[in-house]
Amino acid sequence: MSFNLGNTTISSGGPPSRRNTELALLVFAVLVPVFAYANVGLAMDGTIPAGMLGYGLGLGLLAGVTHLVVRKFAPYADPLMLPIATLLNGLGLVLIWRLDQEPALKPYNAAPTQLMWSALGVALFVGVLVFLKDHRILQRYTYISMAVALVLLTLPVFFPPVNGARIWVTIPGVGSLQPGEFAKIVITVFFAGYLMVKRDALALASRRFMGLYLPRGRDLGPILAIWLLSLMILVVETDLGTSLLFFGMFVVMLYVATERTSWIIFGLLLSTAGAVFVASVNTHVGDRVNNWLNPLELQNGGVTETAQAMYSFGSGGLLGSGLGQGFSRLIGGIATKSDYILATVGEELGLAGLMAIILLYGLLVERGIRTALAARDPFGKLLAVGLSGAFAIQIFVVAGGVTGLIPLTGMTMPFLAQGGSSVIANWALVAILLRISDTARRPAPAPAHNPDVEMTQVVKP
Amino acid sequence: MNKPLRRVAIFCGLLIMALMVRVNWVQFVQAEDLKNHEGNRRVAIERYAHPRGNIIVEGKSITGSAETSGSDFAYKRTYKNGPMWAPITGRASQAYGGTQLEEIYDTILTGNDDRLFFNRTIDMLTGKPREGGNVVTTLNNAAQQAAFKGLEGKKGAVAALDPQTGAILALASTPSYDPSKVAGNSKDDEKNWVELNKDDDDPTLNRALRQTYAPGSTFKVVTAAAALESGKYDVDKKTGIESPLKLPQSSTMLGNDKINPLCDKATLRRAMELSCNATFAGISDDVGNKGMIEQADKFGFNEEVFTPVRGVASVYPEDNRPQNAMAGIGQASNRATPLQMAMVTAAIANDGKLMKPYMVDRLEGPRSTVEQFQPEEIGEAVSAPNAKKLQDMMESVVERGTGSTARIDGVKVGGKTGTAQRGEENKDNPYAWFISYAKDDNGSPVAVAVVVEDSEAARGDISGGGLAAPIAVDVMKAILDGKR
Repeated sequence: MSFNLGNTTISSGGPPSRRNTELALLVFAVLVPVFAYANVGLAMDGTIPAGMLGYGLGLGLLAGVTHLVVRKFAPYADPLMLPIATLLNGLGLVLIWRLDQEPALKPYNAAPTQLMWSALGVALFVGVLVFLKDHRILQRYTYISMAVALVLLTLPVFFPPVNGARIWVTIPGVGSLQPGEFAKIVITVFFAGYLMVKRDALALASRRFMGLYLPRGRDLGPILAIWLLSLMILVVETDLGTSLLFFGMFVVMLYVATERTSWIIFGLLLSTAGAVFVASVNTHVGDRVNNWLNPLELQNGGVTETAQAMYSFGSGGLLGSGLGQGFSRLIGGIATKSDYILATVGEELGLAGLMAIILLYGLLVERGIRTALAARDPFGKLLAVGLSGAFAIQIFVVAGGVTGLIPLTGMTMPFLAQGGSSVIANWALVAILLRISDTARRPAPAPAHNPDVEMTQVVKP
Repeated sequence: MNKPLRRVAIFCGLLIMALMVRVNWVQFVQAEDLKNHEGNRRVAIERYAHPRGNIIVEGKSITGSAETSGSDFAYKRTYKNGPMWAPITGRASQAYGGTQLEEIYDTILTGNDDRLFFNRTIDMLTGKPREGGNVVTTLNNAAQQAAFKGLEGKKGAVAALDPQTGAILALASTPSYDPSKVAGNSKDDEKNWVELNKDDDDPTLNRALRQTYAPGSTFKVVTAAAALESGKYDVDKKTGIESPLKLPQSSTMLGNDKINPLCDKATLRRAMELSCNATFAGISDDVGNKGMIEQADKFGFNEEVFTPVRGVASVYPEDNRPQNAMAGIGQASNRATPLQMAMVTAAIANDGKLMKPYMVDRLEGPRSTVEQFQPEEIGEAVSAPNAKKLQDMMESVVERGTGSTARIDGVKVGGKTGTAQRGEENKDNPYAWFISYAKDDNGSPVAVAVVVEDSEAARGDISGGGLAAPIAVDVMKAILDGKR
């Protein structure tokens, strides 16, 4: 029935809304995790897990609600992003539930909590789509966003560090939050609004030097401020990932806004200098770098988590051990279900499964950038590319860290990894992208009847 | 703004591409290395995830598997009569790794071998638990019992071969250890392991294969073989070598304390019966270092042997004239493992043909034989006529000479005693050696070498004939009784 409801909003001459495509994809996005869930149960106990019906219904309900909301409030939105997010979230729940079956792994029984967080994330998604009628409204809150982002970023400084990184806000009795995940979105709004206003000044008032357009000194101010901020995050909160994320995102948005390659070169120089400086000063970051260079080295006579993750990947091989049949629990520690969840993917689903997951992320990012290309207003373009870029950098930093491509940082894989803040924030991120894409793809309103035009035509011959 | 946007799209694509390349590198190129890396616990978990296949002696398994709890290993290795069989089985320990047959045929025993692929597939399809294969040995239970019992309370080793095939019948080493006690990864296992490694007597050492000893007078059969092969000497021809003999380039006189007159210019047979030092040192000097090395090599010296458990190389090195002369009586820089001396005896008993010693008859999968091993000939150590002459002399040793304790009623036994002196001024207890074979109408079914390294017996009592020969006799009898 919902089919007809959706279709009625399309004018016969406009572009297809692709809502039915989305629905078909969503069916797969729900079925795949449900089968995966059954697979884990059959592999581990030989029975279909008891919670499967509830789990399947839960995931199906979430998917159904999101789909209906998109159909009603963002009918022209991109049809791929929602199914991809649902599939990743669903698979993440299965993987977490699978790791819950290993009694030694903390946090215990994480899957039900994660399902609850996912529901909250979907609620936020719905909220964004329902109440944010047009993304340009966000432009009004440019400087408020900056203030909020700064507060979110500095908040963890006042809380005790967890595993050497100060990225958590612990509220007794409620749980822990990672404000950085939310700051990611809020600060993108600020950057987009700020750059939209300043882009001409930044782009045109520059001197040419050795074939490069160098910005004026006074225009360097903002970029240096952001650079310092990300360095501060790195030093005070010892969070390499978030720091890289913000700085990288800012450089990307600056480049898109000004079309000046020199910004990228500046960005690369500054981030390299900053990273080298911090790595040499800060022991935590230094350890991580050392771990990255010698992943299999024993520490204090024990096998490191990094090495265990590498063993997981290697043991998975091409096709993996099958869900529920791997030994990624050997990674131990507290991050098996979050930071290291890709190791479980690699071991149990193999190279094939891991590549599929990475491709899903890649597809999500490219759909986001496609949205930026299609957007008609500069703020929308900047916001979309900022969010997609941040997403891409986060994927790269996390997956690259876990697989040993770059030093490991304390960030989580969006949607897949256990962690409430991450899943909630990323559902909101997808909602904003869908909103921009809906605005971008919506057919222009039919021109109003204009008697003048007709008159002219009559006169012309 | 669209031009930079497209570039950003390409940049993000490159990030994803870099991840793809990386995961392919890790999960495809490096996968094998990481999978089998020493730090990867999965290797051990997989190894003990199913009951291991067994090592079989005469149709009965000498190993087993027990379910364990409290660790991520599902099964633990157990051994029946562990200390006796340890020189064969080695160990498969959850905490301390594997050795010997357990390690060499690990993939067969765990069922992971490529040749068991179809078995695994069938088991997987029919839902049966994984089954390991068995390693069927050539060993003889009674002979091994006799050897181990004979060595009880002593430090030494026994190696017994079937001369006609090279099959190892007994391989004992004492003091030994029970691999069951270090098979798990519990606190007890750790305690036992620490104790084992503290033990000065080194119970985990496989003396039959891995320890080389001065061969003493038993080496005289090799020297005699070199003498006959040179064509200059014959069994009942006078050697013309004086006793005592002045060693070349030296003023040292070498002889035998009380029987020098008997050894003086004796025949080869007489010299063998009496174990005359001067005669064989003289022959060794006459044949020369090169000739002696050649003959020793033909018996298998100077080369590692894989049974398939590795046996260290026995040595007969290049040396100067006086040392070479002393090596002719096994008292210089030449060294031999008990297995090597058993090979020498076996080659002589087998009319000169040296067979490759082996202890695994076949590898059995759960459904069929995976690999059947066949006897292999290494080469001709001595010509058949000369081998017969050597047999003749060794049988004289038992009938009339120093090896009289090795006589067995109704069977021809050939042997040679040895007492290798040790330490400066001979102050350490000597090694008591005995090598022998038994022979009936169908050829020789057993050749054995026994060494007793250290003994609480008084020095005077130590001689190959007194300490080592009775053990050799028991081992031979065990084989002969089994034949009847």
